[in-house]
This record gives sequence, C-alpha cells and structure tokens, in this order.
Amino acid sequence: MAAKHEAGARRAIRVTPAAWPRTEQRLGWSLCAPAVGVMLAVTALPMLQALWLSLQSYRITDPGSRRFVGLDNYALILADPLWWHTVGVTLLITAITVSAALVIGFALALVMHRITFGRDMVRTAILVPYGIVTIVSAYAWLYAFRADSGFVPGWLGVANYDFFAGFGSSLFVICLSEIWKTTPFVSLLLLAGLAQIPTELYEAAKVDGATARQRLWKITLPNMRGAIMVAVLFRTLDAYRIFDNVFVMTGGANGTETVAFLAYRQIISRTAIGLGAAVSVLLFLTVVLIAFVLVKAFRADLSRIGHE
Amino acid sequence: MSRARARIGWTLAGLAVVVYTLFPLVWILMLSLKVDAVTPGFLPHDWTLGNYATVFDSGFFLSALRNSIGVSLIATLLSVALATAAAYAVARLRFIGKRLVLWTALVIVMFPTISLIPPLFDMWRVIGLYDTWAGLIIPYMSFTLPLSIWTLAAFFREIPWEMEQAAQVDGATPWQAFRRVIVPLASPGIFTATILTFFFAWNDFVFGISLTASDAARPAPAALAFFTGESFFEQPAAQIAAASIVVTIPVVVLVLLFQRRIVAGLTSGAVKG
Repeated sequence: MAAKHEAGARRAIRVTPAAWPRTEQRLGWSLCAPAVGVMLAVTALPMLQALWLSLQSYRITDPGSRRFVGLDNYALILADPLWWHTVGVTLLITAITVSAALVIGFALALVMHRITFGRDMVRTAILVPYGIVTIVSAYAWLYAFRADSGFVPGWLGVANYDFFAGFGSSLFVICLSEIWKTTPFVSLLLLAGLAQIPTELYEAAKVDGATARQRLWKITLPNMRGAIMVAVLFRTLDAYRIFDNVFVMTGGANGTETVAFLAYRQIISRTAIGLGAAVSVLLFLTVVLIAFVLVKAFRADLSRIGHE
Repeated sequence: MSRARARIGWTLAGLAVVVYTLFPLVWILMLSLKVDAVTPGFLPHDWTLGNYATVFDSGFFLSALRNSIGVSLIATLLSVALATAAAYAVARLRFIGKRLVLWTALVIVMFPTISLIPPLFDMWRVIGLYDTWAGLIIPYMSFTLPLSIWTLAAFFREIPWEMEQAAQVDGATPWQAFRRVIVPLASPGIFTATILTFFFAWNDFVFGISLTASDAARPAPAALAFFTGESFFEQPAAQIAAASIVVTIPVVVLVLLFQRRIVAGLTSGAVKG
C-alpha cells in the first residue's frame, strides 16, 4: 500500500505547476490569504520603515540634522570592534542555550512520553516555565543569585561571590535562566515528533537484536527530523535575539551585551534612530542567514506533499 | 529491565523533572512572601501575605488581568483558526507560492521586535487602535501565526492521503472530510499551537508596554512594570513576585487542562503510518 501511495504521489508531483487545477490553486490561496494578510499588515510597513531609517543619520534629539547617508551607518557598525564582540557573545549564548535546550528538551520529551505513574503532574510541571512571564523569570534568577537577596551564593558556599561582576559568571546565570525558560518549548515540539514514530519499528528492531542506543540513533532521531528541525529553527531564531534576561541581569555590563540589546541601546538610550535601525537590519539579515543554513542542513521540506 | 523497575525508573526521572521545572517557581513564591525582598536566604525570615493584599487592592492590576485574559483568548482563537487553514493549504494543496507563505511567516519572526515598535506605535495612533484590545490582538496574531503554521504544516504532512480519500469515497464533501477526519487526527498539533500561542500573548511585555496607555487595554505583565516602590530606584520585588504568582495561576490551570489533550493525543498513536 505504501508503494502504491508513493507512486501516486510521485505521479502527482510530476505535473507542472501551471497545470495544477485552478480550483485547487484558488482554494490554496484563499486559505492562506487571511493569515498572510494579518502577518504582513503589522510587519511589512514597519520593516520597510526600519530599512529606510537605517539609511539616514537621525538623532531624535536633533531632528534638524537628519539627512540621508546611504550605507554609512552600516560601514560604521561593521568597522566597530564592539559590534563584532557583541555578535560573538550573541552567537556563544545562542550555541550554548540551543544545544542545552535540545538535549534537556529531548530528555523531558522522553519522560513525558514514557512515564506512567504521576504522568499528569509531570507533564503539567514541564510546561509551566514556558508560561511564566520572561521578565519575571529573569528577576527571579537575578534575585536568587544575588548575595543580598538570594540563596545560591550561600548554598554553594561562596557567600561573597558576586555573580554579576564578571563576564563568565554573568553569562552563566543568563544562560541558565534562558535554558530553564525555553526548554519546555523544545520538549513539546520534540514530543510531537517522538509520538509519531510507529512502535512496530521498535519491535522489529528489538527482534533484530538492536540495543537501546542503536534504536535511538537509527530509529528515533531520524524519524523525528521534521520536529527537531522546527524546534531548532525557532529556538535558534529566538535565542539569537535574546534581550530580556540580559536587560534585567546585567543591563549589558561586563561585556554581555547582545545584538538585540545593542539595537535597544542605540534607539532608546542614545536616541540614534538611524544607527539603531541599521543594527536591527543587520540582526535581521544574520537571522535570515542562520535560518537558511538550518533549513538546508535539515533537508526536511514541509511543503512537499506526501511522505519522504 | 523488568516492567516494574522501568516504571520506577521513569517515575524517579519524573520527580527530578518536577523539581527542575518548579523550583524557580517555588522561589518566586518565597519572594512574594518576604516582607522585604532584599533579604538573603531562600525561606523568608519574616513572612507576610501583605504583598498579595496590595496586589488585589490596586484596581489597576485586576483590570490588567481582565485585559490579559480577554486579549489572549481572542488572539489565540483567531490565530489558531487562521493558522490551521493556512497550514492545511500549504501541506496538502498544490498552488504556486506556497513556499513563499512559509518563508514569509519565518521572516516575520526574524525581525527584532524592538525596532518594529516605534512605527507600529505611529500606525496605531493614526488608525485609532492605540490603547485598544484590537491593537494588541493583531500584533499577537502576526507573531504567533508563523510558529503555528510551521507546526501544523508538519502535522498535516504526516496524515496519510488515504484518510481523506476514504471519507470522500464514502460520500463526504471535502469540508466534511476535513472536519470529521483530518481535524481529530491533527488535534494534538492544534492544541500544541493553541498553548504556544496563548503563552506568547499572555506573557507579552514589549507590546503591552508600548501600545497601551491606560487600564483600557494594558495587560498584566505590562502592569507589573507600574508597581511603584518606596524609593524611585527600588523595584518592589516582593510585590512583583506576588503579582507574578497571580499571573501564573491561569497558566498552570490551562496547562493542566490542555496537557491531557496534547500529550495524550500525541501519544495515542492516531497518526501512525
């Protein structure tokens, strides 16, 4: 049955796009139109305006001197070592938090999938961190690690250590907070992928004498490719734009400034709208690049009809 | 490993997971019971329920809660409905530009939100959506549609064609086939998208702060920023913690209700090949 289905799907795909039934094309578009309309209504104009602003030298405090400068803002940013340091820090945080969230999230997904006794409690508990306001979570972790209001320094026996005085330790707390907060998101998506794998595959493998590790690498992970891709993709895009935890914990001090924070600082604190817009556009382009690379790497095309 | 030992193993793992996920929440609870947040230690030395009293006494926080509930529910319902339609089309119909839809959705979430605020603020003031529920619902929808569409598309893609065809052979119209066959099979995905969307809307801070100016539309997380402390520079952390616990309770309730449908649906094997 599977072979016949695949042959049918392949035959369908060989038809050229122009020959696809008109009704189907119209239906497809009318189903998509409302969603696309809403998405673009809010973002199209602002994005274009940001692009336009990035080509100008514009300080809100001195509107008279606003003028068009072409790509000067970009040249300024790309030549500044602070920019490259910030990109480096952001990439580091992204790499750490996404990989940790992936590993822990997978473990959580497994527990959600296999647990029998206490299942409701565990499954509810796992989703709670994701439901907490990010700013609140950031403050909670901040206060926990501060010696004057929290308990971590005391419990670890380093009562006088200031976690927020150095680059490494500040980054450590920021990453912990970010990982804790975002892992449930990853675990939920991974659970969806995990649960779709037919048990027959595992049974057949066990009959063939496969070990647990082999079952994991040869059956589980390959069959979850789509889910893993969506999880990694969206988590990475979000991680690269980290802002709340940095804002609350260090305010960008100790060299922990991230790209999004840099944009914020240009726009809000320095009122350099043009520069801030340019930073935003660069941030955007970097994220587009990352997404492109990730999707290519995973090679799981969601718009292809039929099974692989 | 015997069945019983496996069960115990997973239960212990579950216990570790619960500690890991709820410990910070317990910490926030402890903070909310402290008289003064800036006192060291985990357990409050002197503890009080006064912070909660303050939270409920202030009318503005209760109206903030009302705004949050209304805006989040509406945004979630609309967003999931639109996403389901679009995801179905992308995953199962053939039309030119479907990949464009997916990529447009992705591009939307890639742009730094802080940069979109000033132009959006201007737009809303001109149109008259500033400080209204709709003024928040629409951006919430815009930013949650991408993830919902991608997730649901992945789900729809896994459902075999035969199911729809079988239903149509039995005489059902495409719409009936969709409603009676596809939707139940995709329901874990739909509930997943629902909960993810609701969390985004409920926890939003940036839009809530920038696009509202009064009790009319300001949601709860934004209201947190307006708690004033004794001195201008000190955040009243204990009160904010108390308000946060209050804001988190609906989340816990929702998760409790929904997790059965999501997880049970996911693990029932309804969509196996």
